[in-house]
Amino acid sequence: MRKITYREGVLEALREEMRRDERVFLLGEDIAEFGGSYKTTQGLLQEFGKERVRNTPISEAGIVGAALGAALMGMRPVAEIMYIDFAGIAMDQIVNQVAKVKYMFGGKAKVPLVIRTQGGTGRSSAAQHAQSLEAWWVHVPGLKVVQPSTAYDVKGLLKAAIRDDNPVFFIEHKLLYTTTSEIPEEDYTIPLGKADVKRQGSDVTIVATSRMVHLSLAAADRLAAEGIECEVVDPRTLSPLDEETILASVAKTNKLVVVCEAAPRCSFASEVAAVVAEKGFDLLDAPIQRVTSLHTPIPFAPKLEKFVTPSEDKVIAAVKKITG
Amino acid sequence: MKALDKALLLEIYRKMVAVRVFEETAADLFLKGQLPGFLHSYIGEEAVAAGVCAHLTPQDMITSTHRGHGHAVAKGARLDMMMAELFAKKTGYCHGKGGSMHIADLELGILGANGIVGAGVPIATGAGLAQKMRGSDRVTVAFFGDGGSNTGAFHEGVNMAAVWNLPVVFVCENNQYAESTPRGVHQKVKDIAQRAMAYDIPGVVADGMDVFDVYQKAGEAIDRARTGGGPTLVEAKTYRFLGHYVGDPQTYRSKDEVEQWKQRDPIVLFRRRALEEGKVTAPELDAIDVAIAKEMEAAVQFARESPEPEEEAALQDIFTE
Repeated sequence: MRKITYREGVLEALREEMRRDERVFLLGEDIAEFGGSYKTTQGLLQEFGKERVRNTPISEAGIVGAALGAALMGMRPVAEIMYIDFAGIAMDQIVNQVAKVKYMFGGKAKVPLVIRTQGGTGRSSAAQHAQSLEAWWVHVPGLKVVQPSTAYDVKGLLKAAIRDDNPVFFIEHKLLYTTTSEIPEEDYTIPLGKADVKRQGSDVTIVATSRMVHLSLAAADRLAAEGIECEVVDPRTLSPLDEETILASVAKTNKLVVVCEAAPRCSFASEVAAVVAEKGFDLLDAPIQRVTSLHTPIPFAPKLEKFVTPSEDKVIAAVKKITG
Repeated sequence: MKALDKALLLEIYRKMVAVRVFEETAADLFLKGQLPGFLHSYIGEEAVAAGVCAHLTPQDMITSTHRGHGHAVAKGARLDMMMAELFAKKTGYCHGKGGSMHIADLELGILGANGIVGAGVPIATGAGLAQKMRGSDRVTVAFFGDGGSNTGAFHEGVNMAAVWNLPVVFVCENNQYAESTPRGVHQKVKDIAQRAMAYDIPGVVADGMDVFDVYQKAGEAIDRARTGGGPTLVEAKTYRFLGHYVGDPQTYRSKDEVEQWKQRDPIVLFRRRALEEGKVTAPELDAIDVAIAKEMEAAVQFARESPEPEEEAALQDIFTE
């Protein structure tokens, strides 16, 4: 076993998959010499050259559209959108083209591409650089959406995403890049569509994504000191969602708190709550609680950013509300 | 580029007639209420698709538009599978899942008609990128309209193809209107080909009603792309004889204007010149007319007799297993 950071997890996944399959190539803004805004492609230009590690113009629609065209021709592109907040510029290509060509063409096409991006708060990046927009793509049939929370998960899931013959929207988190995990020496991948129980417990199920997994684990430690044992379930893949693991957990605990960094309306937290309310109603002893950001743009001031986003205290309060 | 010998001339004529007959048949069926959805007719623009695609093999690629039947037929698509798709049958190109605006045949390099204006441009850039990375000499042609030339996607796709020197030819079918909006209302440039200067690539204007001129200008551009010379913007000035969609009352343009452009029907112009130059004979052209009419009749029958998709088909082909 050895320890790596989340950033290294991304980098190693990219490097290993590019070595393994010459059809894999990268395109995005500032990913070559600069190594990426979050240094997730550092050194790849030196190893693979500028044909396979391509700096693009600032053209998100062009980046995704070109990735699609290349994928239709049998390449396996990994396109980077620097901030998830910029994905809006590429929305048509992602939603109307990438997600739909296989279906609209009656199954003939294959679209083996990955769109990598990062989101989330915590660095005072303000409203246009700090969002959690995963729900936008969970809503679109034809896309797989992955949101890894640990270094171990990000490496295994990114490798799996690159090997998947389908479009995967892969969402990293800017505050997670320095977090670490132990990983095995040997090659490993993690299947898409499988949740992970990050902490076992019997009093309440906390379903959490991305950075909220760490927040929830910290809250769970504090709650354990008071005798409340939380089970923390990390979906890892938001779409397709591993409903079975979530429902099995709720069957055990009979209580659900969903923690998501996004704004509340139509959030991924809402979707999890709806699924469990619909399919696990009889399992529940209390109303489902969502812990999300407030429904505001993300403010710049660190004090205000903290105020509007989830915290350990807010998760603890939600748990206590239903565990009495 | 290949010289316009008899065989090629007859092939070009065959393609133009096939497009015309397909579109007339489809429009007729649509107006009788037999086809679901909507249709965007290519009638009048045949010279552009035929003149460009005459230079392309099945290994070359095209991206197309919502007005894509002409491109598909010119690239070699089968009339029966196209008609079956319009009838929403299982035997259609997209098994009834795509319809008129999403007809595709990857084996023929048809990377799809597209319901989003301008969206095919960056996709063509990507196809060109793959060819360049592989060192192949295959070319990709992106078709789009005057309306499409105003989209951000057009700008991004052309700029990327230019800076990466990709084997892509951007063919603008300027039919003077973006749906109901005349060109003078939606852009200031006199010739869309001028926009090539913004990307430092060659830009050329072609007479989109004259397949000989389209053939020449497109041929130079395609040769340039094939030999590593990078992209070209070809603007074919053309006109659609029907409205934006079949059934469009066309209140935004005068009947006189339509009649004027019809005086330059591309198929009539071709016949006149090809016969004048003595490379083909009238009976040869007439034989093609007859053959296409027969093929079209068989295509409609095939479409009518084909089964509809089962309901379960709606759940299939979202992902590759």
